Amino acid sequence: MPVDTSYAGREYPPNSVYEVGAVKIAEFAAAVGATHAAHTDADAARALGYPAVIAPPTFAVVVAQRAESQLFEDPAAGIDFSRVVHADERFTYHRPIHAGDRLVTVLHVDQIVERAGLAMITTRAEIAAEDGEAVATVVSTLAVRPETTEES
Amino acid sequence: MAPQLADLTVGQEVARAQVVVDRARLVRYAGASGDFNPIHWNDRVASSVGLPGVIAHGMWTMGAAAGPVADWAGDPGAVVDYQVRFTRPVPVPDPGEAVVEVVGVVGALDAEAGTARVDLTVTVEGARVLGKAQAVVRLA
Repeated sequence: MPVDTSYAGREYPPNSVYEVGAVKIAEFAAAVGATHAAHTDADAARALGYPAVIAPPTFAVVVAQRAESQLFEDPAAGIDFSRVVHADERFTYHRPIHAGDRLVTVLHVDQIVERAGLAMITTRAEIAAEDGEAVATVVSTLAVRPETTEES
Repeated sequence: MAPQLADLTVGQEVARAQVVVDRARLVRYAGASGDFNPIHWNDRVASSVGLPGVIAHGMWTMGAAAGPVADWAGDPGAVVDYQVRFTRPVPVPDPGEAVVEVVGVVGALDAEAGTARVDLTVTVEGARVLGKAQAVVRLA
C-alpha cells in the first residue's frame, strides 16, 4: 500500500502528558555519551540556573516519537516501517527540558511529497509544558522506499 | 570558563572528539530512547533489508555528536537549535566497534541574537555520516 499523501496538513490532538524523570535523563545521557554534569547532578544544573537536571539536546526525540507513533502506527497512513529511512532531524529549544517537566506534544504532518520513488514525510512535534509554555519543536523527515514486488 | 561570543572567529575549531560505539551501546540507546527497530541490534533483520549488518541509530550518532559541543559551551542547555541530515549509515561490527569522529568549527556568529553556529563534521573511517550538521549555541 502506498503512503497516503492526504495525511499532509493533519494536526493531531494533544498527546498524553510525558513526565520527565531524572533517571531517564541520566540513562539517555549515558547512552549517547553526554558526560556534562548538568545531566546527572542537580547541583551542577542549578549552578547553571536550571531547576533540576537537564536533558541532552536530542532527548526531545523520546517525547516526540510518542506523538509521531499516532501517524506511524495508523495502518491507513500506509507507512511500512521496514521500508523507512530517517532523512533528517531538527530540534529547536525555547528552553532545555528538565526533570519534573510534564510535557504535552501536538503532532503536525507538515508535508508528504513523492520524490524519485520515495515518499518523504515531514512531521513537526510541538512540545509544551502542561501550562502551555512552549519548550521545543522537533522536525523530522522520513523517507519511505517504494515496495518491491520481489526480493532482489 | 564558558566561551565568550566576542572571542570567537568564523572558521575557528571549537570541538574535537572521538566517540566509540559497540553493540552494547546500541542496546543501551534502544532502551534509553525507546527505538527498538531491530536493524539496530539484529544482524538477520538488518541483512534482510539490504544493510551490511547492524547499524547505529541515526539519532544515536546525532546525540553523540552533540556532546563535544555541549562540553565546549559549558552548558548543554545553551544548544538552542540542532539539526542534521543522515547521509550514510554507521555499521557497528560484532565483535568490535565503530569510531565516530566529531569536529566542530564556528560557521557563523550572530552578535544580535547572542549565538554561534557550530558546523560539525562527523565521520567514520574518513567518510561523512551526517550532512548539514549544525548546532546553534547561545553564549554570553
